[in-house]
Amino acid sequence: MTKLLTITAVSASLFLVACSQAPEGVAIHDPYEATNRKVHEFNVGLDRAILRPASRVTAAMPMEITGPVTNFAENVALPGMMVNGVLQGDIKGFGTNSMRFVVNTIFGIGGLFDPADAIGLYEEKTDFGETLSVWGVPEGAYVELPALGPSTERDAVGELVDFFINPLGNWVHDDVKPYLPAARAADVVIARGQLGSTIDSVLYESADSYAQTRIIYLDNRRYELGTVVQDAYIDPYADPYFDPYEDQ
Amino acid sequence: MATLVTRRSLFAVAAAAAVFPHAAFALSTAQATTLVDALVGDINKVIGSGKSEAAMISDFETIFDTYADVPIIARTALGADWRRATDSQRTRFVTAFRSYVASKYGRRFREFIGGRIEVREAATVPNGVEVRAMAILQGQSPFEVSFVISDGSGRPKFINLFIEGINMITSERTEIGSMLDRRRGDIDGLISDLEAL
Repeated sequence: MTKLLTITAVSASLFLVACSQAPEGVAIHDPYEATNRKVHEFNVGLDRAILRPASRVTAAMPMEITGPVTNFAENVALPGMMVNGVLQGDIKGFGTNSMRFVVNTIFGIGGLFDPADAIGLYEEKTDFGETLSVWGVPEGAYVELPALGPSTERDAVGELVDFFINPLGNWVHDDVKPYLPAARAADVVIARGQLGSTIDSVLYESADSYAQTRIIYLDNRRYELGTVVQDAYIDPYADPYFDPYEDQ
Repeated sequence: MATLVTRRSLFAVAAAAAVFPHAAFALSTAQATTLVDALVGDINKVIGSGKSEAAMISDFETIFDTYADVPIIARTALGADWRRATDSQRTRFVTAFRSYVASKYGRRFREFIGGRIEVREAATVPNGVEVRAMAILQGQSPFEVSFVISDGSGRPKFINLFIEGINMITSERTEIGSMLDRRRGDIDGLISDLEAL
């Protein structure tokens, strides 16, 4: 495990050195747009054929069924967030997520229920992409990944590393292991169902769903990471024609 | 989660203010908060009203007109193409944009049924005052909705909103830009497409 982690970390760093450089928080840096658009088309097809129909099924299910699945998936993701908390030096986040994991695993029957929320122990959402950001790694270019969706070069590496650094696999019984990816997949479907019409409006109602997905992802991700977005607070009365989001 | 986000956003705003040191606004955070309190009160009334979707969207259009500087938002969304638009095109574009935005965002706010929005804090930003609120919905983690208020029109109005960092102005600028591209830059075509939505 440690060896695997080292290999992942080293190859990730090598990849990041090669990352396309752009000033932090600059609107859109998308040198791979042609390829990204093809991947986007594939992803929309995947959503139309599989994810959206499946999510309509889960959206029609009662909360008593979908709730525990979501809770379980979120709980098993916590140890990975705890590792990232340590790597970021975020002791408070690590503490909250650890407490949350203990409370929900023990009193929430293996994480099926979420008593931690009730006592104000909310998840401190984080991932390895954020760890890289804390470490000063630049965002890199915008990329759309097959099946995984919008990302940046930095976050793509983060997703890969997150796949390996969740220590939970070492702690659980072999019988439980198959449930971990299954719960994660189910959680994706359920989340798609909850955000149903919002995602539909972006993917199927906008004039250019690729461009909409890109700007929404970047805005939201930069907000999560606390990246200062240049020109987010431009005064429209001073120069209403200035376009901060012009393609670079 | 909530406190961490708040701390980060505050940092972002403080840093943005440092980049634009010329910000000197007459509008106070208290005035801006009063406006958003009233705005959020009206939105909460609509989402609690139990009306039909069409009736709610019409209510949201009234709210949008009352509280937002619609012409400046429309003009910013059209960007540089505003300059070459004729007076008649500008008027028709603003009207079409008003009902397009009211219906689009009205449908999103309609998903807040059974929930509520709570105003949390206000801070000066380079283009006015940003007032942050939390949307608290059933069975979902709370998320942030923030309004940027400016008195650039002579009266305090909202000129932008952010939902979890997603900037309405830039996302609409992208959308209007794509629609205009689809019409190969024909503004009249864009207006009729907007009216048809």
